[in-house]
Amino acid sequence: MVAYFLRRILWLIPVLFTVSLITFIIMRSAPGGPWDTDAERRQVDAATLKSLEAYYGLDKPMWRQFVAYVFVDKNSVTREWVCGLICGNLGPSYRQHGRTVQSILFDPPPKESFWQSRFGYSLRLGLTALSFAVIFGIPIGVVAALKQNTLWDYIGLFIATSGISVPSFVLAIFLIIIFGSWLGWIDIIVDSWREIKYWIMPAMVLGFGTMAFTARLTRSAMLEVMRQDYVRTARAKGLAERVVVFRHMLKNALIPVVTILGPALAALVTGSFIIETMFSFPGMGGAYVQAIRQRDYSMIMGTTVIYALLVAVANLSVDLAYVLIDPRIRLEE
Amino acid sequence: MAVRNDNKVAELDVFRPGRSLGAEAWARLLRNKAAVAGLVIISMFAIMAIFAGLVAPENPLQINDGKRFLPPPFFKGSTNIQSDPKFLLGTDSLGRDVLSRVIYGSRVSMVVGFIPTLIILLLGTFIGMVSGYAGGRLDNVLMRLTDVIYAFPDLLFFIIVMVALRESFIGRLMNGLVLLFAALAIVNWVGVARLIRGQVLSLKQKEFVEAARCIGATDSRIMFRHILPNSLGPLIVSAAFTMPGLIITEAILGYLGVGLPPSTDPTDIFITSWGALMLDGQSAINAQPFLLLSPAICVALIVLAFTFLGDGLRDALDPRMRGTQ
Repeated sequence: MVAYFLRRILWLIPVLFTVSLITFIIMRSAPGGPWDTDAERRQVDAATLKSLEAYYGLDKPMWRQFVAYVFVDKNSVTREWVCGLICGNLGPSYRQHGRTVQSILFDPPPKESFWQSRFGYSLRLGLTALSFAVIFGIPIGVVAALKQNTLWDYIGLFIATSGISVPSFVLAIFLIIIFGSWLGWIDIIVDSWREIKYWIMPAMVLGFGTMAFTARLTRSAMLEVMRQDYVRTARAKGLAERVVVFRHMLKNALIPVVTILGPALAALVTGSFIIETMFSFPGMGGAYVQAIRQRDYSMIMGTTVIYALLVAVANLSVDLAYVLIDPRIRLEE
Repeated sequence: MAVRNDNKVAELDVFRPGRSLGAEAWARLLRNKAAVAGLVIISMFAIMAIFAGLVAPENPLQINDGKRFLPPPFFKGSTNIQSDPKFLLGTDSLGRDVLSRVIYGSRVSMVVGFIPTLIILLLGTFIGMVSGYAGGRLDNVLMRLTDVIYAFPDLLFFIIVMVALRESFIGRLMNGLVLLFAALAIVNWVGVARLIRGQVLSLKQKEFVEAARCIGATDSRIMFRHILPNSLGPLIVSAAFTMPGLIITEAILGYLGVGLPPSTDPTDIFITSWGALMLDGQSAINAQPFLLLSPAICVALIVLAFTFLGDGLRDALDPRMRGTQ
């Protein structure tokens, strides 16, 4: 068991290494350097360019740059050893001068808590969306299963199917136009993200797909559990229906739901960049899209690696959670 | 009724026309109303895409000065601009007809849905078959490769590829379409390869494969004439679910501004995409919401159509699976 856990955790290392290698190669093969792509920006003269490239190590061969990016390298100007990705150093942003990628993503504004950082905002949005998904998804799934093949079931299935297949940004467009622009129920222009009411729309839109998925998963798990012998036994010995549903059915039916919570959160945090852009949300995804539009290569690269790390850890957590929660699963050693 | 004419029974049994498995599945599919509706919607979009030049009421590149952001005739925008009945869905920031642009936009979505899917199926099937049939070290290496590709968040991969390579040689081929196809195919073959490998692993233990081997069939004959036809069902279903995923991806990339750049060249086949249209529409949510709404509705419609078709295909091709998902 411990060996299995260790093996799975160690497997993260080659995965992340490959992800950063692929990202590095693709980003470095982009034509043009970080200083000469924008025509409207101040152009750098040859001498400055040379010293800038020396400072950032861009004059070295590719493999050396990659080693510097991931591991350590000596800066040829300051003569200091600089640790790379393995120390959590994602390098300087090419567009936001004087800031490193990790400080843009993780450092809160002065005198604020961690939750006010870009990552903190995205994490909070993800958690809110996940709560919405669970609070609505599980009851929909339970009701649909208990009333299988009735109108309730069909309504639930329709919500689930459309929520899973229609992408969240398309849904967001519908909701923003209907509720924001036509009915005027929700302000599209946000004054401050400190007010809870502005969080409702983005969290709902972001969590809708997860809610649909949770509902479908709960429904199919419930349908399976409902046919088990122990449920029949519980009914036969005269337990109240409420007890049968909550203690006997739900407790077992929720195992698959609980295990997807981790990856669902990761998917919500890493998949929120479109929703964040739509609502001008000050999170990590917004910064990512801004970096894409500005061609801030080091920022794009760093954020991609962070996203990949989150997704990989979350996927790992499903398998581990399954083993821990479900006693029926025994790994062969 | 009590006494039956034996000859007649025999006649019935003997002369019932034989139906292939494919025909059986097709008949089951046609009984599924949602799947038929999906099929009809997809065909309509496909016809619209092919004959965009005939279907579109206006020239999608025609710029009309002084007719910017006109609302559609049936909708009163917040700005009280007088609409023009010529433009059924209004106009965009340059006074171009939105309906015609949406019709032309379907071309990109259709082509992005179909062509990479073909590549994905061919590549995935080939690698999955080889991996499952050969087994051993080759299988191990190929499967570790799929693990790594699986771990890469695919949307991020598409974004960095489109951002970084857009100005390179391959990025310029066919206005970026070739690069988009390549990026989509490189990531998505993995799912198909795993599916086919699983099929091969279970099928190669079956009696009919053993029988084929006994009569001296070659490996490639067993693979392509015995195992592959038996894996076709899951393959078709996975294709039906791959296509909407690709269409969504293209729309997201377009919306982020890293998709295919809109063209102003009238000789181009692919003028704009739904994602690019949505990006345009975002700036005029109040005055002209249909610039944003119409491509969004198209994406939602086609994705739902594919989902219903995929569900129908799964039920039709493998009736035992019915209702389990």
